[in-house]
Amino acid sequence: MNNIVFLNIIRFFGLLLLQVLICSNINFMGYINPHVYLLFILLYPTSNNRLNFIFSSFLLGLIIDVFLDSGGTHAAASVLIAYIRPLFLKFSFGAVYDYQAIKFSNTDFSQRFVYFLFLIVIHHFVMFFLVVFNQNEMLLIVKQTLYSSAFSLLICLLFTSLFSKKQL
Amino acid sequence: MQQLFNFFIKNKTFVLFLLLFSIAISLTIQSHEFHRSKLLNSSNYVIASIYGASNSVSQYFNLEKENQLLLEENSRLKSERFNQKKNSPVDSILEQTYSLNSALVYKNSYTKPNNYLTLNKGLRDSVKEDYGVITSKGIVGVIDKISTKYSRVLSILNTSSKINVKLKKTNHFGTLTWDAKAADIVQLKDIQDLVKLELGDSVITSGFSSTFPANIPVGTVLSFRLNDTKDLYIIDIKLFNDMTSLNHVYIIKNTDINELETLNESDE
Repeated sequence: MNNIVFLNIIRFFGLLLLQVLICSNINFMGYINPHVYLLFILLYPTSNNRLNFIFSSFLLGLIIDVFLDSGGTHAAASVLIAYIRPLFLKFSFGAVYDYQAIKFSNTDFSQRFVYFLFLIVIHHFVMFFLVVFNQNEMLLIVKQTLYSSAFSLLICLLFTSLFSKKQL
Repeated sequence: MQQLFNFFIKNKTFVLFLLLFSIAISLTIQSHEFHRSKLLNSSNYVIASIYGASNSVSQYFNLEKENQLLLEENSRLKSERFNQKKNSPVDSILEQTYSLNSALVYKNSYTKPNNYLTLNKGLRDSVKEDYGVITSKGIVGVIDKISTKYSRVLSILNTSSKINVKLKKTNHFGTLTWDAKAADIVQLKDIQDLVKLELGDSVITSGFSSTFPANIPVGTVLSFRLNDTKDLYIIDIKLFNDMTSLNHVYIIKNTDINELETLNESDE
């Protein structure tokens, strides 16, 4: 139990620093940055207290907002996907989720892909909508969501396979 | 009352979500308004020192380019000095109203609609709000938040930035804004359609505000078009400054700023 808490605290600060010091400065093709801190929300243990989970997601988003001077955009998007996560867990992993806590490293790649995809796209859409904050720029919002989501998804999947403990 | 409590306990996850989400939204809305968010910005001590630690490593990668910039500026200043008229007044130091203070850029962004920079100078170095920030090539922005050791700059690449500039050739002045499209192109507005414009015309600061002295280079006219009401120009300006790689900047202190402010206040 303590091991899981410890792991998540490390993950919280590790991903936070990775995000603000490296990933937010990549600016691939001018403006595309991966949002690697989402891994904290995506991989948070499923059996844990939901209140803690929602609050820590909010805190992570808020600290990133302070670093990047973006108001509360990351915090809003993060707390939203933290709240709706059970819905997508059920949708992507089906029956496994109903009976027991999921170990993400033991899941199928395709299931994990779908789960990551949905949550990342929702997060990015809400975030870019709040960043741009203008309905007339819908095309810009959709474009940025699409490109950044693809990049984030790629990086997140790479990270999970890189650090998975599964024996080959 | 009992029922109300029961409702909250039953839906505590949703209530917490709603609370946090509305906090985040209100922070977002606040950040879109000028001069609001007090605590939560990157001039915060902890945040800025983390940026500082990261910068102390990454600044070595730019040394060659920074040297080049310094050499260019030095040669320009030297040539100005050599071509200067001889008899400059001995007490010119007493007449100076602007003093420059160098600073390091700890954090810079240029991809969002609202961009800010974090500098390593703050209240301790007698930096104040509304001081201008420039590089040797052109303007960067205006200081909008300060803590003891750090400050945050509202970049010219910010949709709420408004800076008074003029055309060098004709002295017509207008407002410099940004449409959040490209990091090297800003827009000059409020120029009458009677003004004769040419591509490549230089744009400089007007000196009407206490923030920037007159004649600091901004950029050149890239293209222009009329606005919707067909009476004012919208001019695209190509910046002299490369806003995507800033390392050393200068903060301009106006020593007369207090006097100017009291003048303006008495007017209102």
